[in-house]
Amino acid sequence: MTGPTADPAPDVRRTRWRMLLQRHMSKIVLAPSCAAILLFVYGFVLWTTWISVTPSRLLPVYEFAGFDAYVRLWQMGRWHIAMTNLILFGGLFVLVSLAVGVLLAALIDQRIRAEGLLRTIYLYPMALSFIVTGTAWKWILNPTIGIQQFVRDLGFEDFTLDWIVRHDLAVYTLVIAAVWQSSGFVMALFLAAMRGVDGEIVKAARLDGASTARIYWGIILPAVRPVFFSAVVILAHLAVKSYDLVVALTGGGPGFATDLPATFMYEMTFRRNQINVGAASAIMMLATVMAIIVPYLYSELRGGKRV
Amino acid sequence: MMSAAALSAGPAAAEPRVEVLHYWTSGGESRAVAVLKQDFEAAGGTWKDAPVAGGGGDAAATVLRSRALAGVPPTVVQLKGPNIKDWASEGVLVTLDDVAAAEHWDALQPAALQEVVKYQGHYVAVPVNIHKVNWIWANPAVLARVGARVPQSWEEFNATADRLKAAGIVPLAHGGQPWQDATLFETVVLGIGGADFFRRALVGLDEAALRSDTMIRVFDQMRRLRGYVDPGFSGRDWNLATAMVMNGEAAMQIMGDWAKGEFLAAGRQPGRDFLCAHAPGAPGFILNSDSFVMFKGRTPDQAAGQTLLARLVFGPKFQETFNLYKGSIPARLDTPRDRFDVCAQQAMEDLKSSMEDRSLVPSMAHEIAVPGAVRGAILDVVTEHFNTGMTSAQAVDRLVATIGLAR
Repeated sequence: MTGPTADPAPDVRRTRWRMLLQRHMSKIVLAPSCAAILLFVYGFVLWTTWISVTPSRLLPVYEFAGFDAYVRLWQMGRWHIAMTNLILFGGLFVLVSLAVGVLLAALIDQRIRAEGLLRTIYLYPMALSFIVTGTAWKWILNPTIGIQQFVRDLGFEDFTLDWIVRHDLAVYTLVIAAVWQSSGFVMALFLAAMRGVDGEIVKAARLDGASTARIYWGIILPAVRPVFFSAVVILAHLAVKSYDLVVALTGGGPGFATDLPATFMYEMTFRRNQINVGAASAIMMLATVMAIIVPYLYSELRGGKRV
Repeated sequence: MMSAAALSAGPAAAEPRVEVLHYWTSGGESRAVAVLKQDFEAAGGTWKDAPVAGGGGDAAATVLRSRALAGVPPTVVQLKGPNIKDWASEGVLVTLDDVAAAEHWDALQPAALQEVVKYQGHYVAVPVNIHKVNWIWANPAVLARVGARVPQSWEEFNATADRLKAAGIVPLAHGGQPWQDATLFETVVLGIGGADFFRRALVGLDEAALRSDTMIRVFDQMRRLRGYVDPGFSGRDWNLATAMVMNGEAAMQIMGDWAKGEFLAAGRQPGRDFLCAHAPGAPGFILNSDSFVMFKGRTPDQAAGQTLLARLVFGPKFQETFNLYKGSIPARLDTPRDRFDVCAQQAMEDLKSSMEDRSLVPSMAHEIAVPGAVRGAILDVVTEHFNTGMTSAQAVDRLVATIGLAR
């Protein structure tokens, strides 16, 4: 009886469902990852912040104890060394990687032979993890088995390259290994951008008699300026979170001369039962990253409005 | 058969059951643990192994912490030094007084060790072994090249080392990791200051002792030792340093008796291919000891397992076999000596005499004497002094300041 009138109803309902699903598909798919990010990033950031103002030592204790952990943190000589190292290592790492990367990109951009092969060779270190890089350079720089011994065996008895065991120079070995690893990546970024520069302008400049160096300095590099900013942000946050490289290359040594904030945090939290100081150092690291990321996001968003 | 018997006994009889969290994963160590597992299963228990490799126990400590927070700690955990007291003060450890009384633990283990494994007068841990830290390991053939013997005092050590260095031999094999620097340091503290000074400075953290002239002399000696290591020392693992002595690249190493395991594994004979001797200076025994603690379980099966395991671990059979494999000496004083090698026998003799003249001290470098934070602070200063141009006076000042921050 009701058959003929009831028949189309499920169909309509199904289509309505489908439309609803279609409209909200993106939100439904994104929801789990949003929830996960909320909990595992922002939730844990809040948790760490809270722990850093508690008296937690061996186990987390949830009671407020003021900013004692921060005070102790900044009184520790070791933390100052870690921060100084971060500035030294981070600054040099970013600058040298950029310089080497841009130079390599400009050279490869000259339409040379075997470009594909060379590009692969330069990019290859990026495929290695920092653990591998660190271990390899640890052997290369070891004064009794590495470069120093090799050159001495060639007959140059006085040759010395013992930075890795010198407390005042060991931090620069981190720069060497990290630059070796990352400059190929910077090269790839810039090469892609340089290829995107309008060939007509370059041709025009060449007709006007500008030298290659002048063309790069005056036309191409200004044209790829946005890439500089991306490269700096990527390299800077690599520097702040550097942990594996230090562990593999120097183990933080000699002594703790090559400590970075990340290794300091691990030491305090997991080996010395000082969870609150470890949390405080983690928050300081977050602040450092924010200091880099926030201006970047700000400029990006403002740039977006302009377009 | 065993399970059938257990079933017929009905639910009333507890079936011993343990889950053991440990970080003994290297060759000799895992063999030693397997012995315990066999004994435990032969006595009718069920053993669940939870090994965590790597990091010298850091990784295991992290696992323990997260499991304790989640409310499901393993029932048996390998733990040592002041960490035992830290966990005991959280009120999560089982007291082992009943087993201890029945098995006469008080009479059978050194008093200095009892201080480590007891919390507020109650046994909360069962010691597995004793390591002597202050050894000097030497290659007799290399020493013979400069006509020297194993030095007995630090003056003699310095003189011998100077001769070795002049002959182009590395006098001291060393790995520049903070804990190894600290091992050297505490050996020098005992050698120069003696046991009472060691206790005041590195156990009691007495400021007068830390600032004393003796401590200045200790750092002076550390500076000299820095001159006796080879240029590649930084970050080297201790067993590679041992290999240098073994292969004749270096003359001596100052390291605990786990170094002996390396010599023996390479087929070297004590007394012929390598020498073990008391480290230079004052007599005394720096004690390092591994132990097990029991976390409170929820079932009678778990409690039965803990009691059984505690009895077995401190039993004469396990103490002997385990330590033969591990290279340390038994924590149980009545263990027969005849199956042990000359170095272990000397360690047992040293232990006995140091108990008599009260020169048995707990190791600072190996986390027996002071809490992790304080140990870390001392390590920071020692290793920074060793690796930089810091003067002894600056080191002493820094020592007092950083210990204050860590407490």
